[in-house]
Amino acid sequence: MLSAIWETEGLQTVGIVVLVFASIKLLHILGLISFSEDSVEDELELSAVRHRPEGLEQLEAQTRFSRKELQILYRGFKNECPSGVVNEDTFKDIYAQFFPQGDASTYAHFLFNAFDTDHNGSLSFEDFVMGLSILLRGTVQEKLIWAFNLYDINKDGYITKEEMLDIMKAIYDMMGKCTYPVLKEETPRQHVEVFFQKMDKNKDGVVTIDEFIDCCQNDENIMRSMHLFENVL
Amino acid sequence: MAAGVAAWLPFARAAAIGWMPVANLPMPVAPTEKNKRQDELIILNVSGRRYETWRNTLDRYPDTLLGSSEKEFFYNEDTKEYFFDRDPDVFRSVLNFYRTGKLHYPRYECISSYDEELAFFGIIPEIIGDCCYEEYKDRKRENAERLMDDQEDNKDAKLPNMTFRETMWRAFENPHTSTMALVFYYVTGFFIAISVITNVVETVPCGSSPNMKEVPCGERYTVAFFCMDTACVMIFTVEYLMRLYAAPNRYRFMRSVMSIIDVVAILPYYIGLVMTDNEDVSGAFVTLRVFRVFRIFKFSRHSQGLRILGYTLKSCASELGFLLFSLTMAIIIFATVMFYAEKGSTSSKFTSIPASFWYTIVTMTTLGYGDMVPKTIAGKIFGSICSLSGVLVIALPVPVIVSNFSRIYHQNQRADKRRAQKLQKARLARIRLSKTGSTSAVLHSKRNGLFNEALELTGSTGEEKHLSKSASLIESQHHHLLHCLEKTTNHEFVDEQYYQQSYLEAGLQNYPSRSPSLSSQDGVTGTCCTRRSKKNHHPLKHMHTHLQGLQELSTIHIQPLSTSRSSLNMRVEEPAPLNCQSSQITTAIITIPTPPVTTPEGDAHLPAAPSLQNVVKVSAL
Repeated sequence: MLSAIWETEGLQTVGIVVLVFASIKLLHILGLISFSEDSVEDELELSAVRHRPEGLEQLEAQTRFSRKELQILYRGFKNECPSGVVNEDTFKDIYAQFFPQGDASTYAHFLFNAFDTDHNGSLSFEDFVMGLSILLRGTVQEKLIWAFNLYDINKDGYITKEEMLDIMKAIYDMMGKCTYPVLKEETPRQHVEVFFQKMDKNKDGVVTIDEFIDCCQNDENIMRSMHLFENVL
Repeated sequence: MAAGVAAWLPFARAAAIGWMPVANLPMPVAPTEKNKRQDELIILNVSGRRYETWRNTLDRYPDTLLGSSEKEFFYNEDTKEYFFDRDPDVFRSVLNFYRTGKLHYPRYECISSYDEELAFFGIIPEIIGDCCYEEYKDRKRENAERLMDDQEDNKDAKLPNMTFRETMWRAFENPHTSTMALVFYYVTGFFIAISVITNVVETVPCGSSPNMKEVPCGERYTVAFFCMDTACVMIFTVEYLMRLYAAPNRYRFMRSVMSIIDVVAILPYYIGLVMTDNEDVSGAFVTLRVFRVFRIFKFSRHSQGLRILGYTLKSCASELGFLLFSLTMAIIIFATVMFYAEKGSTSSKFTSIPASFWYTIVTMTTLGYGDMVPKTIAGKIFGSICSLSGVLVIALPVPVIVSNFSRIYHQNQRADKRRAQKLQKARLARIRLSKTGSTSAVLHSKRNGLFNEALELTGSTGEEKHLSKSASLIESQHHHLLHCLEKTTNHEFVDEQYYQQSYLEAGLQNYPSRSPSLSSQDGVTGTCCTRRSKKNHHPLKHMHTHLQGLQELSTIHIQPLSTSRSSLNMRVEEPAPLNCQSSQITTAIITIPTPPVTTPEGDAHLPAAPSLQNVVKVSAL
């Protein structure tokens, strides 16, 4: 009689244990529970893109910088970006350090696109130096063309009010919050209005490159300020 | 602004050309490099090891030894190099700071030698980068404590004039200082031992007379034990009173752990004296006697090891807590399981879950008394799982406690958490400081830097240059860049306080904001040799004028183009009266359209075309 009790009890126990383990295994197979923290495969860091610039002679020929100036520029560039290219985030970081009070990321984005002439998403030393060559050593015409290129966000040859508004907001963002007089919501918009009044001669709502260059060349202030940074470097 | 980024400043300035067509105001003049020399290599000879770097690299930090003219003192004419008779290994870190802008602390370096080198080269240790800062602080704290310990050891030297009280206290705290103290130390130790042994022996059953049952010795030799007890308590009381008298800070002494132990040790005796054989409370009185065993803790004054053990337990509190918690969880789980497994069997000892607790604890700690055993098969299976897991659960936290114990000797006892918290706060404070530092530098230099421009324009000689703060060229270029941005947007950077004020005032005012177009102003000079004094009562004045229905004016530019030297010599820091020949300027209500009569004499002219909205500043009084 005792053995019968033992038997039933034992079978019952065994049955219960088997059931429990089987259900756990089933859930594991279904992926509902996991026993160990799945180790996430570390994303293979793509080896840092390395880029070497063209030779010094070529750059000398293509830009208006002297050899020494190119050397100085490259040393500074390489210091900050050892891999030889600047991607947009690094660029934004660097630019933001010059404007501690405001948020320079939007304007840095536009600037990045203006420098990145081949639109490959990263700024190499050649792009950098070409842009600087125009800005520092170019003729006023070239500088104005460069500025037009900056404002024309979608590079279609026309500056619309929306594009200008984006640029204006980006510039005002760099000022930050603590300004005098207090920045208002409509300040950038009004600034854009003034700009368009000045530039848009035929009042068609867009500014073409010829209108832009014409108007700037007739404006004394702008002309003068174009020469402002000539002694940089 | 980080040093490395300074290399990108020319780029940022060139990119500012993008703002020019948008700006409506003329731009300020750019700072010129006065002596533009080609970048050259300089050689730094540190105890024979030659380091070479560009001069510009060192110039990044003009307030250190290598960045300033102080290094000229170390210039060796013959070899055309700078010679420093210092440690060349530490100099590597110093030079790397100039190159990368980050100061690192090498771990193998001794903390005090590193500090000395930093002090010599004029670099403050607070700018050590985040990667090395914690290590640096830890080592520094260790060193400081070591020095403090050394100092404490020296305290044993007897001071010439010590009062009797001080002598006594010193004798109590450091028994090896004098013979009397030693004697006292051993006597108290002896009596503590006697007292504890007495308590123990009291309960031993002594030999019994044939007719009586066995009685404990305490009840057989009541008088003897009572006398022993009295003697011990007498000694302890005297000792406690003496310590209390000698303590320099009695209140603090009374709150310390040792004194509480002393009090608890002797209190039961006195309570027993006071309470005679009152049947009701005698039960409580018996319980009080338990506290006599606390006398054993008095030994901790005599034993350093005991104190350290107490320290360890206190510091391992979290690990012990974890152990306790996990054990509790396991006990509850297994007790429940055992209870339900054994429910079926007859005459089972597992009458309830709390009753199963006892079984679980005994099994998990591998004691196995055997007073409760499972009878069903399921119970036996779970019982064996329970004992196996018990071994594991207990074995896990023990190494942690052991390593903690060894750590206690070498590390600070302050809680790691508190330290990390302070560190985090300090780090955030440092970051904030550097950020506000740069912005306030801009604002500050706006007031001073404009002086320089005025000086340059008026072609003044060098003797006035001493007024200019020697901001580095990079700084002045950076400020010029920010200045151009201000001009482009026709708004100014101000500090937080001023912004709050003007924000409030703007809420009261509601002037329509017409964008100013002053493009045709300001003839040749085209700059702003303005002097602005931001005084606190400006906003009030503005409100005042507005309320009086005058045309809005926020500020008036005063252009002291050809002010005399006396005015230039005025210090700008004080928002004090501008003596810029402008004593005639009254702050009072200035009405426009008439241009204010109060212009300073000379060629100053206001850019006030009355019809246009001006951005003018009231020059104070």
